[in-house]
Amino acid sequence: MLAELEQLKARAFSELDVIDNLKHLEEWRLRYLGRKGSLTLVLRGLSGLPLEERRVVGAAANEIKAALEAGLKQKQDSLKEQSLAVALQKSRIDVTLPGYPVNVGRFHPTTQTIREVCAVFASMGFQVIEGPEVEWDYYNFEALNIPRDHPARDMWATLWVEAPEGENPMLLRTHTSPMQIRLMEKTRPPVRAVIPGKTYRYEATDATHESMFYQIEGLAVDRGITMGDLKGTLFEFARRVFGEERRARFRCDYFPFVEPGVEMAIDCWVCRGKGCRLCGNTGWIEILGAGMVHPQVLRRVDYDPDVYSGFAFGVGVERIPMLRYGIEDIRLFYGNDLRFLKQF
Amino acid sequence: MKVSLNWLRDYVDLAQPVKELADRLTMSGNEVKGVEIVGQTWDNIVVGQIAAVEPHPNADRLTLVTVDLGMERSTVVCGAPNVRVGDKVPFAKVGAYLIDGHTGERVQLKAAKIRGIVSEGMACSEKELGISDSHEGLMILPAEAPVGVPLADYLGDAVLDMDITPNRPDCLSVIGIAREVAALTRKEARVPAVHYDEEGPPIEQKVSVEIVDADLCRRYCASLIEGVKIGDSPPWIQQRLLACGMRPINNVVDITNYVMLEYGQPLHAFDFGQIGGGKIIVRRASEGERITSLDGVDRTLTSDMLVIADSVIPVAIAGVMGGADSEVIGITRSILLESANFNPASIRRTSMNLKLRSEASLRFERGISPELTLRALRRATQLILELGGGTAARGVIDVYPGRRDPRRIQFPLWQVKRLLGIEMKMDQVSEILGSLGFECRPQGPSEVEVTVPYWRVDVSEAADLVEELARIVGYDYIPTTTMSGPLPGPQFDPQVTVREKLREFMVGCGFQEVISYSLVSLERLAVAGPVKEALRVANPLSREQEYLRTSLWPSLLAVLGSNQRHEEGGIRLFEIGKAYLRRGDDLPEEREVLGGVVSGPRSGVSWLGPQGWLDFFDIKGVVDALLDRLGIEADFRPVEKETLHPGRAAEVVVGDEVIGLMGEVHPRLVESLDLLPQTVAIFELEIPKLASRAGLGRGYRPLSRFPESDRDIAVVVDTEVPAKKVMDIIKGFPLVTRVTLFDVYTGAQIPPGKKSLAFRVVYQSTTHTLTDEEIQGLERDIVARLSQETGAVLRSR
Repeated sequence: MLAELEQLKARAFSELDVIDNLKHLEEWRLRYLGRKGSLTLVLRGLSGLPLEERRVVGAAANEIKAALEAGLKQKQDSLKEQSLAVALQKSRIDVTLPGYPVNVGRFHPTTQTIREVCAVFASMGFQVIEGPEVEWDYYNFEALNIPRDHPARDMWATLWVEAPEGENPMLLRTHTSPMQIRLMEKTRPPVRAVIPGKTYRYEATDATHESMFYQIEGLAVDRGITMGDLKGTLFEFARRVFGEERRARFRCDYFPFVEPGVEMAIDCWVCRGKGCRLCGNTGWIEILGAGMVHPQVLRRVDYDPDVYSGFAFGVGVERIPMLRYGIEDIRLFYGNDLRFLKQF
Repeated sequence: MKVSLNWLRDYVDLAQPVKELADRLTMSGNEVKGVEIVGQTWDNIVVGQIAAVEPHPNADRLTLVTVDLGMERSTVVCGAPNVRVGDKVPFAKVGAYLIDGHTGERVQLKAAKIRGIVSEGMACSEKELGISDSHEGLMILPAEAPVGVPLADYLGDAVLDMDITPNRPDCLSVIGIAREVAALTRKEARVPAVHYDEEGPPIEQKVSVEIVDADLCRRYCASLIEGVKIGDSPPWIQQRLLACGMRPINNVVDITNYVMLEYGQPLHAFDFGQIGGGKIIVRRASEGERITSLDGVDRTLTSDMLVIADSVIPVAIAGVMGGADSEVIGITRSILLESANFNPASIRRTSMNLKLRSEASLRFERGISPELTLRALRRATQLILELGGGTAARGVIDVYPGRRDPRRIQFPLWQVKRLLGIEMKMDQVSEILGSLGFECRPQGPSEVEVTVPYWRVDVSEAADLVEELARIVGYDYIPTTTMSGPLPGPQFDPQVTVREKLREFMVGCGFQEVISYSLVSLERLAVAGPVKEALRVANPLSREQEYLRTSLWPSLLAVLGSNQRHEEGGIRLFEIGKAYLRRGDDLPEEREVLGGVVSGPRSGVSWLGPQGWLDFFDIKGVVDALLDRLGIEADFRPVEKETLHPGRAAEVVVGDEVIGLMGEVHPRLVESLDLLPQTVAIFELEIPKLASRAGLGRGYRPLSRFPESDRDIAVVVDTEVPAKKVMDIIKGFPLVTRVTLFDVYTGAQIPPGKKSLAFRVVYQSTTHTLTDEEIQGLERDIVARLSQETGAVLRSR
């Protein structure tokens, strides 16, 4: 009996060995382990054996059953593994094929720059506010210490808006500086704000001149604000926007609504100050105009210049990406060629 | 303003290299844009004197010229027409670099055989030396030029090209720059000493001057020189004028220009013989009065322009340009020399209106000091006597109705600390201001009374003095500090918040942001509707940029058009910008709007297959989602607009208010705008209206713990019934949490004039799991209500 069992086991395993699909495996299971399978029958026949033999044979049969079941499980796993491998093999793809097209939207580079610069100043406690583009002569010029027939008006070639003749002509603002006046007219110190916006010039366009461009105005007025603070604020701005290692420089310049007046430059990162095409051989790149708010301007908005002082600055927005990316033609910005815009 | 260093040296010692000097000037506010070194490339070029001229044996138009170079002589072949024995010329030896007169290239001179004669070197034209464009003949050097000396030693110079800011008319002069250099380098500036003999009769016997309009003429000075001989001015004057970019004319005119460049005071020389009645009247022109200016142009004057007239007619446009009739020419013998001061605003208006801007008007409009007139007049008179001969009348005319006392400023030293953040001691303040010509009188230990020198018209209060101190010590000297004061209160502008959300939303939807010109042409403007609300620019740069846009559509369609030819896939653009709408006589309303446009294939060419064409429903999807994002419930009302497809256009309505417009662009407009013949869908929403309705702080609704059940429901309605109406009714039922339209069908299985709408309806309760019976009950109620309100019939389940 035991010998028969051994034979059964040997036959079962030799059959199992050559099975290569799940269907044959199921037939095999039924043949040996099914309700009418050979081993099942052996086990069922045990009851007819004497007690002593039943115990010996029973133990052997159960052992063989366990071995067959383990063999079955192992075979099942390996066959599943094989068929998965086949399926995976069949569904291989060319991973270099392009995916479904996705529409990617982008911010205009000017928007990106304004957001970046305003964030820098916001982190220094500046509010971000806005104002009108169509302005009165008063705000754009008069209140900024640039009366009619002042030679400094040449610095701002103006587009005038047709409006009824009056004391106060209407124009497209030539800079964001009118917002200095509008802001101070309606608030009292402390004032600390940046004002981004569109500005316009009556200017024949070329690679470096546009009739429309963006500026960001800055204004801080309070007791005890000094030119040292202006330096601290703008040097920090320059480092954050143009890089930690940039050096900045103040030199004297003239704008009628500040005194002292400042022009700020940063050291040229192409030649590192030696002189190259980017910096016009000076080693320095001019990036903005600034200064201490002129006492006349403060008086105009009823701030006592002996009590309050402050600084103002104006940055050209397009110039920042132009310098950063080496864009040589400002007209690309508002020409809106998608081949240009999609690069940012 | 160009400043020759050779000239500058007359008034101040220059101790530092040019580059350093230029840098100091730039840093202190007088920007040096460039430095031109004259003679830098003149190695191997010397002063030569023509010793002999013989014909070339083999060529009619060439000569053999022997040039004396001091230690040696050289005979060279020459083609110039103006070779004359005794003249001094620049002579280039072999190895010198010259500019080729024909090609403009810089080439090295080699020995050459010309028509059989070996020529080692050449005499040069101005062009060959890079001095000017003149190539008609040899450059003739002044007779006193030392033979054999390197040309660079004799003629070399450095010329500063300076950008003078409008507040510093005093720096539009060599003396003005010399004063700056002196202060920056702690040297003394020297002003020429002027002395001459007045041997003629008293000037009053010959000339009278009357200022009629003293509001426009603060001072008028004049001198008279008789018996002058007009001729060329000496080379040193010519050279300096040329270096400063002015053309020499004759000795008298050159002297007026020379002194203008030297002192910054414009002067004018009249041919006194042409001044009727010997009388000068400074008056406003009569309306329509005419004058031919020195440039030969006949000009008509208006009554706000100031003229210099004789007893009859205008002889000059005051401060702008002289008249041709009284011009100093070869036969002139008597010179009436004018040195006056005119109202800056008036000069500026006149020169702008006449479109005639001159070196004189440039200086007057910036407001030079009237104290200059007499100084410059006497200097020019002296030079005319020296260089043109003649006799000066005794005395000068000086009518000075606009005399003012020197300006005095009380200057407490705390102003320095207040504006710059640094302390300055009395000594330092006095020294710096003193070096610039300010007189300082201490008033106690910490205040000083400062008298402003006459030439500093730009300085009138403490802040101006602070700038003087800062720019002379150098801005680098000011420390870098951080503001520590209180911050202004927080500001919140819901419109900006909504606008920036929209910008991000549109980018998220795959739209490219554009920013376009606010100014558009009349034709483009009309694309968006009526023109009368638009503002026009009075002086447009071009017809393309003439009107302020009242909508973004003209710009968006233009950008679409310019990109269609090179974009492969569909184009999705948006802009957030302003529409400018007339508001009576006040500033216009600047209304922020969001506009978007789509056109072309929904996806680029792909191996994954086409995805159809962008149309109305692409923008509808965006607008739906955008409104949902802002928590705004809107209706879409069909609308007819000239520019839109009559059956594919809608107004976006909230409550009773239209907040936007969308649709497919009318095919006629697509064609007339020269766009590709395909669907263009466009929209525009008013941001203030969105912002005022946006529920940015929409409340949080807890998630239900109970399961959702979804059921499909299809109804048949008349084709005119808007789908949204049906949907809104379903949405109105309690326990309905979502309704999605997933099928719209018209065709064989539906009666004509009807359409089938199929919805997926999601039900959910927050209190319990819904039973089938409950849901079926709800469905019955929904169908009953739909039938009642829209005539809908249940189609199937």
